[in-house]
Amino acid sequence: MQNKTITQLAQGLRAKEFSSVELTQYFLNRIEKYTDLNAYITVTANQALQAAQRADVRIASGNAELLTGIPMAHKDIFCTQAVKTTCGSKMLDNFIAPYNATVVKKLNATGAVNLGKLNMDEFAMGSSNETSFYGAVKNPWNKNAVAGGSSGGSAAAVAAQLAVCVTGTDTGGSIRQPAAFCGVSGIKPTYGRVSRFGMIAYASSLDQGGSMARSAQDCAILLQSMAGFDVKDSTSVDTPVPDYCADLDKSLAGVKIGLPKEFFTADVNADMAKALDEAIEEYKKLGAEIKEISMPNLKYAIPAYYVIASAECSSNLSRYDGVRFGYRCENPADLNDLYTRSRGEAFGKEVKRRILMGTYALSAGYYDAYYLKAQQVRRLISDDFKQAFSEVDVIFSPVTPTPAFNIGEKLANPVEMYLADIYTIAINLAGLPAMSIPAGFIGGLPVGLQLIGNYFDETRLLNVAHAYQQVTNWHTQSPNLDN
Amino acid sequence: MNTQWEAVIGLEIHTQLATKSKIFSGASTTYGAEPNTQACIISLGMPGVLPVLNEDAVRKAVTFGMAINAEIAPYSVFARKNYFYPDLPKGYQISQFELPIVGKGFLDIDVDGETKRIGVTRAHLEEDAGKSLHENFHGLSGIDLNRAGTPLLEIVSEPDMRTAKEAVAYMRKLHELVRYLEICDGNMQEGSFRCDANVSVRPKGQAEFGTRAEIKNINSFKFVEKAINHEIERQIELIENGGTVVQETRLYDSVKDETRSMRSKEEANDYRYFPDPDLLPVFISDELKSEIKAHLPELPEEKKLRFKTDYHLNDESATILTSSRDVANYFEEVVKLSHCESTICANWITGELSAALNRADLDISDSPIDATRFAGLVARIADDTISGKIGKQVFEFLWNTADSADDIIEKQGLKQITDTGAIEAIIDTILVANEKQAQQYRDGNEKMFGFFVGQVMKAMQGKGNPAEINKILKIKLS
Repeated sequence: MQNKTITQLAQGLRAKEFSSVELTQYFLNRIEKYTDLNAYITVTANQALQAAQRADVRIASGNAELLTGIPMAHKDIFCTQAVKTTCGSKMLDNFIAPYNATVVKKLNATGAVNLGKLNMDEFAMGSSNETSFYGAVKNPWNKNAVAGGSSGGSAAAVAAQLAVCVTGTDTGGSIRQPAAFCGVSGIKPTYGRVSRFGMIAYASSLDQGGSMARSAQDCAILLQSMAGFDVKDSTSVDTPVPDYCADLDKSLAGVKIGLPKEFFTADVNADMAKALDEAIEEYKKLGAEIKEISMPNLKYAIPAYYVIASAECSSNLSRYDGVRFGYRCENPADLNDLYTRSRGEAFGKEVKRRILMGTYALSAGYYDAYYLKAQQVRRLISDDFKQAFSEVDVIFSPVTPTPAFNIGEKLANPVEMYLADIYTIAINLAGLPAMSIPAGFIGGLPVGLQLIGNYFDETRLLNVAHAYQQVTNWHTQSPNLDN
Repeated sequence: MNTQWEAVIGLEIHTQLATKSKIFSGASTTYGAEPNTQACIISLGMPGVLPVLNEDAVRKAVTFGMAINAEIAPYSVFARKNYFYPDLPKGYQISQFELPIVGKGFLDIDVDGETKRIGVTRAHLEEDAGKSLHENFHGLSGIDLNRAGTPLLEIVSEPDMRTAKEAVAYMRKLHELVRYLEICDGNMQEGSFRCDANVSVRPKGQAEFGTRAEIKNINSFKFVEKAINHEIERQIELIENGGTVVQETRLYDSVKDETRSMRSKEEANDYRYFPDPDLLPVFISDELKSEIKAHLPELPEEKKLRFKTDYHLNDESATILTSSRDVANYFEEVVKLSHCESTICANWITGELSAALNRADLDISDSPIDATRFAGLVARIADDTISGKIGKQVFEFLWNTADSADDIIEKQGLKQITDTGAIEAIIDTILVANEKQAQQYRDGNEKMFGFFVGQVMKAMQGKGNPAEINKILKIKLS
């Protein structure tokens, strides 16, 4: 039941080679065996087995979907009714969500089996999963290395096959960077493609849910059931969801792939550059045209991102005040004490850092110089991408400057940590879809390549990723978890 | 007020829009439910929830803007006003800041027979907070979030008012308007219509404004007038004694009739406004504007003018009868059903009925006498079946029973006596019994005529036709 795609597992379920209950139990056993990876915060074994039973009935009745009975898991940022939803924070360690996120509801409706809730950086703020209240996730390829973040639990769970496929969220690279570090595929769709209702907000104008799995095709299948307009999310977009699998096998002949010269500089590690060059060669062989492009404003992406994301988070996280839910300090002396101690005791360092930065950026007298300026930069970056997409169909770039670094290595230097997201952040500012797929190994650690598509052109993005995965086998490699 | 000083007053009025559900969620807005029973996950600010704008709130805001001849922003933006308070669940209030939905407009008020135009700077949509309850919680505070997320339209005036009287006139006018437009129930006890007043004073003739104080949350016309007057006096006294007014927020204490400091400018929050990324900008199309305009009801001014022309009413009656849509509708209904002169209908509504409603503290919509039964009364007065005096008796029966005016007149035998023979006979008896008074009249004491009318009426138990009595008396006394 290991090393199989969603389609293969769905066939196995229909052919009664195994039941969903057996498949679910198999994954639950693996989760228990590899708890040292720290991929899960909560495992909902009983509910999963019940869901698997229902899935088996549905499969037998002949009205199953591809995902019916498939064991998957959610990043712990998605609210799951009656199940603890922590967002990786002590603040929500006691929070049982009273409702399901739209994404959870939609996936439940397909009959997919939810195994539990995946570890993540606290409130999705981090690039290494080390800011989680529940501890760092270990990289299945090397347990001394980080899994990346913030969807570190999601990426590690897929890499270690502790779930067939998973949900993640991406605010500045939180799906793509851990996918690259753990050697799995992940797609962050266009902003507005997947409902944010019930997805705990970090930076509302940048957050976007997406899918992660062992192949582009599996990402497409999962995304298909997540995407769509939601009346409960005003920023979700009311356009039809195309069949993401329809064009997977389309030829790449004549497809124009752009290489932004600003992304291929000496900052890219030499081994990384070599891996990317080889991938470019593969694309040439597949018939794609490679074209150098320029996006001069990309260099401003990181500062603009940290102003906007911090500003929004400083406001989004105000609701955690110890009054209605979540952590409350003991014996507050008065209201001010209740606020300061509840927040002071339950938020981690990185979250506090960003709340402070954001509060500062929005303060009277600083708003124009920081927030407004960052929004102007954001528009310039979007314009750069618009210009680029008038010349090419897809943009190709690194995902990260290096493979996964070691746990603890960058904790002391937040700016260095922020720079790890240099290739992914601009895409969130522009709201574009992008994906990360495995493109090789450096020193036993996976590296990824990034494909960026035009607005709502996920179909093309998945086609270009899938084509590469038909001629390479990086994505089918599995780590040895028993050393 | 001291004649050397002039006050400058601007009002911020929060009107609760009468939508069925909250501004950003489907939770009910009904007043008076058990605490927190109308607080859905969105009202509670649960992790992960998102606001969705209630279109009806937008329509009501646009309706208001059109009624005050204001610019309607083709594009407006919701912003977050960030501050911590236990009854503010998200730690920010969704409001509008730089780009409000309603721009500059105006309202004309009448004070002491003069019309004055008061500018409206802007009106913006926002959500209300919940309520903190400090009693009965043994040193703790209770939070009721039923009100959290109720739509408000905050209407900000220009500092165009110079006296508390003008401020009250403006507030009343606005109160009348929002009820006319049916965008707000106007219930001040329930907080549907609340006022903050910005007050400053300056020496007469000075162009610059003085430093202002803001008086928060005043919820009656009476208190607005008292609070402003008190604040004006306080500021003048302060300056005359060598002090300076500080910019601050003050609370009006209606029990002590004074304002006291709540927080100074230094202690004021930095609200860190920024556009709410969860909500899209609001676009108001020309089509929507024309559609709303087409459904705009007749406004008080227009209605008053029409009442004066069509119903030949004087200014006072027209003002009273157009003070609310319910009163106006009642009047027009009575005119229609009674088929009689509109001035009689007007007099009886503004007189007898208004007085009775006032005494019982009832709105006309809750009047025990509906328009149909009231029309029955007016019709009988107009066709001389009963006199005005008897009309008052019939009114009492109408108020206390469910009978029609005709049934009452019949049952109580109140029909007016117009039979000249019967009247003559009574007059003859009275003249005989009052020989002396008759002589006095004939000697030129005209007051005596009234005496005789009274005597006759008394003898006829008020049922005599006054015109006939006058006519016959004149003849008999001459």
